[in-house]
Amino acid sequence: MTKTKNQKIKDFLINNGVIIIMFILVIYTSVTSSNFFTVNNGLNILANMSYRLVIALGIAGCVITAGCDLSAGRMIGFAACIAGTLLQKADYAGKFYPDMQPLNVFLVLLIVVAITGCFGAITGFFIAHLSVPPFIATLAMMEIVYGLALIYTGATPLGGYVTEYTNIANGRFLGLSYLIWIALAVAALTWFIFNMTRHGKYMYAIGGNPQAAEVAGVPVKTTMILIYMKAAMMYGLAGFMLGAKAGGASVNLGYGYEMEAIAACTIGGVSVTGGRGKVSSALVGVAVFELLKAALQYLGVDANAQYIAIGIVIFIAISLDIRKYVAKK
Amino acid sequence: MADYKLELKGVCKSFPGVKALDGVQLAVRPGTVHALMGENGAGKSTLMKCLFGIYKMDEGEIYIDGEKTDILNPDDAMKKGIAMVHQELQPVLARSVGENLYLGRFPTHNYGPLKVIDHKKMYAETERWLKELEMDFDPKAPLGSLSIGQMQSVEIAKAVSHDAKVIIFDEPTSSLSDKEVEALFRIMNMLRDRGVAMIYISHKMDEIKRIADDITVMRDGTYVGTWPAAEMSTDQIIAKMVGRELTNVYPERESNIGEVVLEVNDLSSIHEKSFQDISFTLRKGEILGFGGLVGAQRTELMEGIFGIRHIAKGEIKVHGKPVNIKKSKDAMNAKIGMITEDRRGNGIFGCLSIKDNVGVSVYNKYLNAGFILDHGKINKIVDDSIERLSIKTPSMQEHIQNLSGGNQQKVIISRWLANDPDILIMDEPTRGIDVGAKHEIYEIMADLAKQGKAIIMISSEMPELLGMSDRVYVMCNGHITGEITVKEDMNQEKVMSYATMFSQTAVKE
Repeated sequence: MTKTKNQKIKDFLINNGVIIIMFILVIYTSVTSSNFFTVNNGLNILANMSYRLVIALGIAGCVITAGCDLSAGRMIGFAACIAGTLLQKADYAGKFYPDMQPLNVFLVLLIVVAITGCFGAITGFFIAHLSVPPFIATLAMMEIVYGLALIYTGATPLGGYVTEYTNIANGRFLGLSYLIWIALAVAALTWFIFNMTRHGKYMYAIGGNPQAAEVAGVPVKTTMILIYMKAAMMYGLAGFMLGAKAGGASVNLGYGYEMEAIAACTIGGVSVTGGRGKVSSALVGVAVFELLKAALQYLGVDANAQYIAIGIVIFIAISLDIRKYVAKK
Repeated sequence: MADYKLELKGVCKSFPGVKALDGVQLAVRPGTVHALMGENGAGKSTLMKCLFGIYKMDEGEIYIDGEKTDILNPDDAMKKGIAMVHQELQPVLARSVGENLYLGRFPTHNYGPLKVIDHKKMYAETERWLKELEMDFDPKAPLGSLSIGQMQSVEIAKAVSHDAKVIIFDEPTSSLSDKEVEALFRIMNMLRDRGVAMIYISHKMDEIKRIADDITVMRDGTYVGTWPAAEMSTDQIIAKMVGRELTNVYPERESNIGEVVLEVNDLSSIHEKSFQDISFTLRKGEILGFGGLVGAQRTELMEGIFGIRHIAKGEIKVHGKPVNIKKSKDAMNAKIGMITEDRRGNGIFGCLSIKDNVGVSVYNKYLNAGFILDHGKINKIVDDSIERLSIKTPSMQEHIQNLSGGNQQKVIISRWLANDPDILIMDEPTRGIDVGAKHEIYEIMADLAKQGKAIIMISSEMPELLGMSDRVYVMCNGHITGEITVKEDMNQEKVMSYATMFSQTAVKE
């Protein structure tokens, strides 16, 4: 079966519709507003993409197994708060632990990631062993983590971080913020896990057909727990990054990011029905979102109306995405 | 008045590649139970689906009360007084008996354009229908709280409430206890007295002898004949059902049978209705057939051995050593592989590549530094499989869902061979595969047996079962009812009579 040239063009347009629209929008914005296509703005967009990519890569694992993770946003907030309380300057007035010396930054990162990882493992346990649907299990964890964050901080906003911490956002290597390097490292590691390890292959198998995976000897339960644990560790890292970038944290930091991350994944081509999705999918999805936001801002679109634009993009992107698979039947 | 309530004439129906029905006829007298009999795949259910408007027949005529009519869809069939009690019930379990009875035609209070369901009337009517059929359960009880038999009674009540003059029973007793069968027959006798024409599909000879007035036999999608039930012995019916030559499509092979590799002792499911007290042996180089009717619990038994179904008791020995199989991984470690019956359901990963479909069972074997997949070795294994089983595909990256059924099956076989099993369980290995590819699968099986693999083959296709097996066990109702050890003794009549020995397997109430 050879396809005609017209069909090929049509397929290409459908398969890459959202990306093409984005390109057109970016070019249009670059032409109309002179300071959009600048190094500074580019770096700014990349920095914004960095932690969102880390979140999206975490959530991608859940979505590939036909799940989701609603607890991501609250985990980010909790992680940022824990990091914040442990990394305040010794002479800062409103210090959370007045008598404590700030800890080593990397030690704090480990602590944060270990804590969120534990919560992720608990969510995974309920999903894998007690068959709680991911939507509900992560919803429950979202509430629990938020409650813990409120109790832990007493809802006080945190600030006055040591420079070692804020330097993670401000410091640069080869002209790029450390945040961007961290995101790239996480992307590379995730690519490795998805493509070069058993765990990654098992994840795709479970997403593709969980019954067949069980027959084929895939350790379905262990794999599911690992996926949610790994994802939560990435939210911990993202919260840590976000705290550094913002120079402060409150319990509501990161709220709603989980929805954006799920949307970004699906726009990039991670199928919500499971089994399909790559690291590049998350990268494309996050890039589309951030470029869209920046372009709309430069075009002078009302900040509130941007939400509407994002919603429309999700509708179009997912309709096109589903079309690909419906047409294949 | 016409002699027949319902007549079907010259019904033909083709599916892509298969002629499922070829000039079939059926004539049912009012106030009788008409048994429709034939092997698995003879076309009974297809014929009923044509009658009920689920399938559109290619050719053929339907007469009701001597008048020619067309049936467009199930809704139309119901309007014309035909009802069907399905082989697999499809009720709404979470809703009440009454709601299921009136689903799609709820009685309503009409307030102009606003229609509000009249619950009072619905439950009163339901109660009346249930009483009329001497059934005593609560119309408000959720359907899910009833037993399978009771649910079936609700289906019948639904048919009666539609004022059906023709009721199709498609294997209604396959999951009923003896007591429930009695209740069903009582209702059927009642309906017979009212002049309802009933079509009854069942494999159970003793039931047919008890309830049927007439018998029509089908074979391979064709009409064999119709006889009064009283004039036919069980053996005569079986002979009519199977009377067919074996075509020689099976590879010639010399069996080289070695020592016992698998021994199963007294294996029972945790479910009383599933496999019970199963003991058998399997030898090296042997193709062991498992015959029986659909629902004989053969698949469940194999899934129990493979660790994906729970077992209550029993022992499995591989190479003489007892093994404890709790999950499929344990079975794989004991060198057992399993090709499942439902390829789409729990065989293939449709959206993944051929490579991933083969590789999934060996990804934990080929690792560098203990955790990095050795793609080079895995690619070689997949390439070799594609070559060896001549899988037709542009590349190993092709998604498996784009392959034909036969090629998909070969990929699944490759998956298990990659794991180098000693024992390969193949559940309906040629289901949904075209004739040419079937032959290739047979060649592969013969080749594997020659290499010393032990193969268990479940098959509901009699010629395949007899043509491929060195030895055959026949199951009925969760029990092994017969073993045929000598090739010369294998014939369809023998398998069929073991497969219908329901009386020997009756579950104690």
